[in-house]
Amino acid sequence: MATRVPGPLTRPAAAATGPVATADGLTRRFGERTVLDRLDLEIGRGEFIALLGRSGSGKSTLLRALAGLDSEAEGGLSVTGSVAVAFQEPRLVPWKRVHANITLGLAVPDPKEKADAALAEVGLTERAGAWPLTLSGGEAQRASLARALVREPDLLLLDEPFSALDALTRITIHQLVLQLWSVHRPAVLLVTHDVDEALLLADRVLVLDRGRIAHESDVPAPRPRHRDHPDLTSLRTTLLAALGVSPEGTT
Amino acid sequence: MSVLELDTPVRAEPHPGARTRRRRLPGKAWQRWISPLVLVLAWQIASTTGLLPTRLLAAPSTIAATAVDLVQAGTLPTAIAVSLQRVLIGFAAGAIAGVGLALVAGLSRKGENAVDPIMQMLRALPFFGLIPLFILWFGIGEAPKVLLVALAVSFPLYLNTFAGIRGVDGKLAEVARTVGLGRTQLIRHIVLPGALPQTLVGLRQSLGVAWLALIVAEQVNANAGLGYMINDAREFLRTDVIVVGLLVYSALGLLTDALVRLLERRALTWRREFLAR
Repeated sequence: MATRVPGPLTRPAAAATGPVATADGLTRRFGERTVLDRLDLEIGRGEFIALLGRSGSGKSTLLRALAGLDSEAEGGLSVTGSVAVAFQEPRLVPWKRVHANITLGLAVPDPKEKADAALAEVGLTERAGAWPLTLSGGEAQRASLARALVREPDLLLLDEPFSALDALTRITIHQLVLQLWSVHRPAVLLVTHDVDEALLLADRVLVLDRGRIAHESDVPAPRPRHRDHPDLTSLRTTLLAALGVSPEGTT
Repeated sequence: MSVLELDTPVRAEPHPGARTRRRRLPGKAWQRWISPLVLVLAWQIASTTGLLPTRLLAAPSTIAATAVDLVQAGTLPTAIAVSLQRVLIGFAAGAIAGVGLALVAGLSRKGENAVDPIMQMLRALPFFGLIPLFILWFGIGEAPKVLLVALAVSFPLYLNTFAGIRGVDGKLAEVARTVGLGRTQLIRHIVLPGALPQTLVGLRQSLGVAWLALIVAEQVNANAGLGYMINDAREFLRTDVIVVGLLVYSALGLLTDALVRLLERRALTWRREFLAR
């Protein structure tokens, strides 16, 4: 598998320095099962990557390794710079009010102001003092994003954070993520099942299969993208084929 | 216990969710008073007519008068003070031991291996059966009573706090790691608050059992306190004094339970607002 240097087209701001994360022959075994099999990956600064894969293909395992939550992965893995994670469930700490969740573990001189700014960015200012259990699904996911962003990460890991949201909320949050990304320019690794989501958001789409990157496509279309854009339609077919799905209904 | 609950047929709950439940009652709340009042009245009549001999059970009117006398004479306040002190010291010691051991066992595998087997073994002991040994070891002073209370209190608190710590959501611990919390901060921000609801369940159980342990300990041997007052009354067939003592025990039990409920309300606001929705 050829590792690639991130293309200069997509990132005018950040091409100067090296990759934010590099996996070199990353392997993870659970007993007899090899979930990540000598995987190579390079994530450039400011790059938006979507990682597709069927269930059990190792997507979440890779994300957990990058997040530093897996100490038993073998092979080379280097992450330079700070990492923040937004999980599938928002995972807000229920006994801390929203703003305290945002500032959890935040070591800056003015955490309160940072939290206020982050909450304003995700449109959650009024809910700053609310208990997490009283938030709606979309609000909780916004809070989770704010908690990740307030750390100004070099690498933002998103583990299917939109999958539990209803369709309308998902569209809003997609736009929010793109907007936040264009302002802060972290590298993003978005783990998802959803080919359309990947095509709408990412610079580069990777397909993980049996522990390796089985396919990768650049998505050159300018944003905002429309799902019926002809470039995306052909890419969708390619990606679905890479995922082993016959693209019924696509023309 | 039921006699005391007559005072509060409708429990005031501050959150709006309770209001719908109460609406069933207004105008008919007095109906709930009928059967207890009839019971007390029947008791009074039975006593007055001699159907119920005083040596078995004194009349309600006598009991009320005796209660006033005992308060005025200072006997009852003194007895309450002595008993309350035993419970408080025993509870404090038992709570520190129970929660402390639960922290040791809950926060590390080594701690669990060291503490938990012993606690599980001791838990199987019928602790009231320890009274003879306690008397041999500690005599008949305050020590065996306080220790019995402490022992009774420590187990519910240990078991619940331990279960609470181990029941903390591992996913939140992962969040703590990704936002860079160290072990101490993890315990402070995630583990202990997460274990609190279960610990409070343990607290309520242990307070209930604390009064029970005190009653048993005071029955066996005492020269002061509520148990002493009751035992002393038995010698003189003073059933009125005995009933007053029992009522005071249940009042104190209800009082401590109310305190814990108040504490729960304050400590678990994050949950209550959710439940009240």
